[in-house]
Amino acid sequence: MSCEEQLRNGGCLASRKGAFGDGHRSLCNSLRQGWEIAGIFLSFIKPFRISQEREPRFSQRRGGQALEQVARKAGESPSPEALRRREGQPILTAGTVLPAFFIIGLIFIPIGIGIFVTSNNIREYEIDYTGTEPFSPCNKCLNVSWDSPCTCTINFTLEHSFESNVFMYYGLSNFYQNHRRYVKSRDDSQLNGDNSSLHNPSKECEPYRTNEDKPIAPCGAIANSMFNDTLELYRIDNDTRTPITLIKKGIAWWTDKNVKFRNPTGDGNNLTALFQGTTKPVNWPKPVYMLDPEPDNNGFINEDFIVWMRTAALPTFRKLYRLIERKNNLQPTLQAGKYSLDIAYNYPVHSFDGRKRMILSTISWMGGKNPFLGIAYITVGSICFFLGVVLLFIHHKYGNRNTSADIPN
Amino acid sequence: MTQPGRLPVPCPLGFWVWLGSQGAEEFGVSGFGSGDCLAADAGVLGCMGLTGSCVAEEERRVRANAREYNEKFQYASNCIKTSKYNIVTFLPVNLFEQFQEVANTYFLFLLILQLIPQISSLSWFTTIVPLVLVLTITAVKDATDDYFRHKSDNQVNNRQSQVLIGGVLRQEQWMNVRVGDIIKLENNQFVAADLLLLCSSEPHGLCYIETAELDGETNMKVRQAIPVTAELGDTSQLAGFDGEVICEPPNNKLDKFGGTLYWKENKYPLSNQNMLLRGCVLRNTEWCFGLVIFAGPDTKLMQNSGRTKFKRTSIDRLMNTLVLWIFGFLVCMGVILAIGNAIWEHEVGVCFQIYLPWDEGVHSAFFSGFLSFWSYIIILNTVVPISLYVSVEVIRLGHSYFINWDKKMYCAKRRTPAEARTTTLNEELGQVEYIFSDKTGTLTQNIMVFSKCSVNGHSYGDVQDMLGHKAELGERPEPVDFSFNPLADPRFQFWDPSLLEAVKLGDLHVHEFFRLLSLCHTVMSEEKSEGELLYKAQSPDEGALVTAARNFGFVFRSRTPKTITVHELGQAVTYQLLAILDFNNIRKRMSVIVRSPEGKIRLYCKGADTILLERLHPINQDLSSITTDHLNEYAGEGLRTLVLAYRDLEESYYRDWSERLHRAGSAPEGREDHLARLYDEVEHDMMLLGATAIEDKLQQGVPETIAILTLANIKIWVLTGDKQETAVNIGYSCKMLTDDMTEVFVVTGHTVLEVREELRKAREKMMDASRSVCNGFSYQEKLSSKLTSVLEAIAGEYALVINGHSLAHALEADMEVEFLETACACKAVICCRVTPLQKAQVVELVKKYKKAVTLAIGDGANDVSMIKTAHIGVGISGQEGIQAVLASDYSFSQFKFLQRLLLVHGRWSYLRMCKFLCYFFYKNFAFTMVHFWFGFFCGFSAQTVYDQYFITLYNIVYTSLPVLAMGVFDQDVPEQRSMEYPKLYEPGQLNLLFNKREFFICIAQGIYTSILMFFIPYGVFADATRDDGAQLADYQSFAVTVATSLVIVVSVQIGLDTGFWTAINHFFIWGSLAAYFAILFTMHSDGLFRMFPNQFRFVGNAQNALAQPTVWLTIALTTVVCIVPVVAFRFLKLDLKPELSDTVRYTQLVRKKQKAQHRCLRHAGRAGSRRSGYAFSHQEGFGELIMSGKNMRLSSLALSSFAPRPSSSWIETLRKKKGCEGSSAGSPSGADKTLKV
Repeated sequence: MSCEEQLRNGGCLASRKGAFGDGHRSLCNSLRQGWEIAGIFLSFIKPFRISQEREPRFSQRRGGQALEQVARKAGESPSPEALRRREGQPILTAGTVLPAFFIIGLIFIPIGIGIFVTSNNIREYEIDYTGTEPFSPCNKCLNVSWDSPCTCTINFTLEHSFESNVFMYYGLSNFYQNHRRYVKSRDDSQLNGDNSSLHNPSKECEPYRTNEDKPIAPCGAIANSMFNDTLELYRIDNDTRTPITLIKKGIAWWTDKNVKFRNPTGDGNNLTALFQGTTKPVNWPKPVYMLDPEPDNNGFINEDFIVWMRTAALPTFRKLYRLIERKNNLQPTLQAGKYSLDIAYNYPVHSFDGRKRMILSTISWMGGKNPFLGIAYITVGSICFFLGVVLLFIHHKYGNRNTSADIPN
Repeated sequence: MTQPGRLPVPCPLGFWVWLGSQGAEEFGVSGFGSGDCLAADAGVLGCMGLTGSCVAEEERRVRANAREYNEKFQYASNCIKTSKYNIVTFLPVNLFEQFQEVANTYFLFLLILQLIPQISSLSWFTTIVPLVLVLTITAVKDATDDYFRHKSDNQVNNRQSQVLIGGVLRQEQWMNVRVGDIIKLENNQFVAADLLLLCSSEPHGLCYIETAELDGETNMKVRQAIPVTAELGDTSQLAGFDGEVICEPPNNKLDKFGGTLYWKENKYPLSNQNMLLRGCVLRNTEWCFGLVIFAGPDTKLMQNSGRTKFKRTSIDRLMNTLVLWIFGFLVCMGVILAIGNAIWEHEVGVCFQIYLPWDEGVHSAFFSGFLSFWSYIIILNTVVPISLYVSVEVIRLGHSYFINWDKKMYCAKRRTPAEARTTTLNEELGQVEYIFSDKTGTLTQNIMVFSKCSVNGHSYGDVQDMLGHKAELGERPEPVDFSFNPLADPRFQFWDPSLLEAVKLGDLHVHEFFRLLSLCHTVMSEEKSEGELLYKAQSPDEGALVTAARNFGFVFRSRTPKTITVHELGQAVTYQLLAILDFNNIRKRMSVIVRSPEGKIRLYCKGADTILLERLHPINQDLSSITTDHLNEYAGEGLRTLVLAYRDLEESYYRDWSERLHRAGSAPEGREDHLARLYDEVEHDMMLLGATAIEDKLQQGVPETIAILTLANIKIWVLTGDKQETAVNIGYSCKMLTDDMTEVFVVTGHTVLEVREELRKAREKMMDASRSVCNGFSYQEKLSSKLTSVLEAIAGEYALVINGHSLAHALEADMEVEFLETACACKAVICCRVTPLQKAQVVELVKKYKKAVTLAIGDGANDVSMIKTAHIGVGISGQEGIQAVLASDYSFSQFKFLQRLLLVHGRWSYLRMCKFLCYFFYKNFAFTMVHFWFGFFCGFSAQTVYDQYFITLYNIVYTSLPVLAMGVFDQDVPEQRSMEYPKLYEPGQLNLLFNKREFFICIAQGIYTSILMFFIPYGVFADATRDDGAQLADYQSFAVTVATSLVIVVSVQIGLDTGFWTAINHFFIWGSLAAYFAILFTMHSDGLFRMFPNQFRFVGNAQNALAQPTVWLTIALTTVVCIVPVVAFRFLKLDLKPELSDTVRYTQLVRKKQKAQHRCLRHAGRAGSRRSGYAFSHQEGFGELIMSGKNMRLSSLALSSFAPRPSSSWIETLRKKKGCEGSSAGSPSGADKTLKV
């Protein structure tokens, strides 16, 4: 077998330097296996080497043969041969597959352990304040409606202190923010400050498009169902309630806040004037331009609103509510101890068996607590490694010693 | 006079276009519309093409020169139309046709669904973009095809012919010729319609035609006008001719015609002998007049052509079934999800109405479920994406170009590349199980070469240094120099100088041998100028023999009805021709009785050895046994042999005999029998002269090709119009039949019972043999057959030879299964003397009962029906006109290319198509089923997991090109290996690579992937937050994550599936990934959002989501989990149970030459049994014609009248013809022929 063919078919570099006898085939094979691991990347380079070698021979063969020339004229322009020369035929051999399995195993297991450890170091505290249980302080608010606010207070104890910045979430369960009719029920053009859409919202917003012949701003079911419980956190230290500063800005994506959501523009900065002629969503207690006293957090660019408008993928979800920044390096953000959560209970979920939660969590480089990912990585890595061992065993015990004798003719 | 040209434009479907003397350049080619039949006569056209809708014609009445009279019958005009559209009807008709495709209608239906807002889960453009794309591509293709059909229609319809109208000849276009017109034809013109020959320039109203286009026979045929009309010499007489023909209605029987001419109160019976059929070419006849009987679609040619059937491959059919299944599956999923939706709305949705009220008009959960069914049908429809059909077409087109571009299938001599004329059948080439081959022009070149002879016990013609293959010129010594003979044919070559020496030395036996060859034949000669001899032979065999005699100094110069003039070594000798004892099938010999100038009467006879050797004088015994040895030797080499003998007749005996002959000839009844007896009597006690061996030149590489195809488990049947002996001979010489075969059954029965009996016997024998083998009784036999054959599947090797008339019975409904069983048990089947229709019937039979892919290969018009019937039709271009090519799906110029077409291109096409389909279904299931799982978490609301742009582009952009590249370029083993290991072809025949099982595996893999694709991100996202604390599991980030993992997983998967990496594969795979990210970031960019806020809602999503390490970790995890099991599974399969192709790939280091095979090819069956026949392929009856002198005008009688004729066309034609039959060099058309003599 000529070197070119070896190169072309299996890609044995070693034999390129000279003719190897049969005795060297094993060497050649092992080299080739190594070669194949590099596979995809090297096959970019390989064709060039081959074509350099082969080109002169091609031209010699063709040269002077007029009929061949005719042939080329007659039926072929970019013959597939040109492509075929840049070929590589990878094949799943023990030399490629088994190392790959081991390598995957060896990479995945440490990553998994890393993630797992990181995830375990994250502090997270969760309170369900739905109030379905009779003894819950919020039980009284269970049948709340939009216009009769109710407050309740839940006391809780943090066993461990939260060292770094703490993120405060509200979590909803059994809430189908990913329902098709829900997801589409918005007008992004309106939310982007388009004046014509403001006064004439998209049909997608139905039935929350207009109310009493006035266009609703913001329109649609998503906006209408905006979460409007107010959560306040107090540290209870020797019976004194110290409020904890909750930062409400910086909880939305930058792109959402600056690109996707914009207040309508017009004369002056008076939002009330700009939203003139529109009406508030049915469920809202106050119009959109009164969401927040600060002008850069009011109207469509109110961050609570933006966070709500970024619909969740799954019926159980948590959304960022407030940030608690660590004040100095000496004290943890939230010390271990007693706390109380004051809830202005406005948002009814009981009717559809929904749950409401308040979550406090720290985060790491990979976000919040996420045990699944670490365990999955460790499991997959182990399986790969194990599979590698099993396959190696099978290969050695039963593996096909491919020889020419196997080829029937 | 131009030469027959090749088709200047590709004409994919217009099968009936002949191009001959009237080339395209002669008449301007008009585009759409003009010159259309519709314009010409719309009234008649209503009927044509759909003859069924007209009242069936019971008999046809045609009155000459009476257009008004004939018009009331509304016969079809002579215009043919194969085009489908004109410029106005194109759009509506084409769209209508396209929407008849289920797939297109389905997508239209989806489109309509999407316009209903309550249902629409996707924007309308996700469907309309691909649909419009598909419709446009198809429409453009259809328009191009139809344009070429218009072109060829116009070309044929606008050919000129001379019509006699009102006593004057007028030039009319073919399409304006009506039934009942009298038209004039000139030499070398195509016959425009089916004509009744009225009169011709030749005496006795004779007329010569070539019917190659019609039935594939290259022999010239004679037609004769009935005597009364033959006298109508000029136009005025013809204008007054008002005979009426009453004849059979149009039918497709080429060799039958029945009718009566009523003229001047007389009745004249008409037969096929009086007819000139459309498609024939007038030869050697200056002019003739004919009455149009059948025109246009009614002509026998058109009736024979049958309808062009749209061929579908088995994969196509399987694919359609699977698509239906998938559709069923889709409905099931829809139902499940709809039920889910109804339950959900009933349990949860009702309560959730405070935040999400039901749509207007939806009042119950049940109705909501109903709507959601349709919504899910829309979003899940991507399991059968419309791009499937387009991609399949593109891949096939690519494969067709590979065939067209294949240098190794390019015939340099004829300058013809292989051509894939249909682009839809490529993968079926990888599944062929039966090949039906024509013989003449396909397996053989239809060139006879005088190769060897045995004279007086001495064999001449052997080349000392090599016995084997004759084709290699380089290995032979110089040919014998015939320059001493000024009349020698320069193209004749002979390699053994000893024969010429024997002639020169005056060996009397040799002289007598050649004298016989120069006298005993029915060849006509023509001498344009001194020494320039042209022979017009009825069969190429005779031509070869007479040419051989000519070169060895016995030049047949001319003949008259009573004499034959021969130049014997330079001296003109005129023999008196006393009788020609003509050839027929039973006699298998022909003789002439001549009186030499010295007055001696001698009978010269040549014929089949079996017949002749028994008729020799006993004193020939020794010589006879030596000659028999020689005959065996020749036969072993596959040569056609003839034995030559003579007998001196006493003057008195001859007188007496000829007296009796005369009496017998005029006997009112039993004439044939009397003659046969008299012939038999005189051809007795003959002296053996020797034997000749003619090589029926095979096409290059035929035996090798057949051997390799046989090894690939392909069964080859030869269907030929030739005689049994010839066919069997060829069977032996191309190694289809070997002497190692256990038995060759010959079925020649004339009645149903005989045939049935013969078939039964054959089956019994085979069964007995295999039974005894099984019982171990005839172990010996088994052993011997094992030794001799490479393939050992059945107990013995059998072959079946069946004759045309037997075949007719065998193909009858009650016997066809029996016949098929018998035939399929045989290794080789040869059907001889079959009609074109029978060829098609045989193919149909196998198709019907065998569920196997059939391929028919042929070169002549007589193969057209078979080519059209078979799953795949292959036309050999360049031999007998282009009808076969036009009807074929693939064409090339040499039989041997079939090997490459099937084993390389076909195999690859099949492999690629299978891999493509597997992957395609996989990727779409992986893609679509995610919606199904998501349905359980979004209230079954038909919310899509992905962005709508991703859904639109997934099949068109992100995943289309890599799989296309694989479908076009992939290969498992290099081409050399496919040829080396024909066994690699078997998976295709067994349909292993893509079948229902494979399909389910792909689907399962797809579903598995979709589950992971949804649930791994679900698991990760459920509680996760971003690294800035914000929510991670928002819908849009989830969509991006799943979509990105999907694109990566399917890209890795295609990387695994690709067996053959070209630069294009790399480019497409990496390019698709790059395109995905590029498009993703573009779609999610600020700019687009600012322009269309409601269309590009995902603004900023890509950069926000893909900046998260968690997202990438998820993608990596998903990819590994999806791919690892596949790799492990494949590795195990490869390691433990490798396919042959895997092994071949793996052991490409091992070079295993086919030495063994070559050995068996070359030297098998050397000790040939004698199987010679009077292998002349000519008909009887020419002897009589010669003796009557009717046709003598051409040669001696009318040389003078020929001379002043200005046109040299006659000579040109003959030379060309000669060039076709005889040898190559020199003639202008020589380049078209492959000849190595």
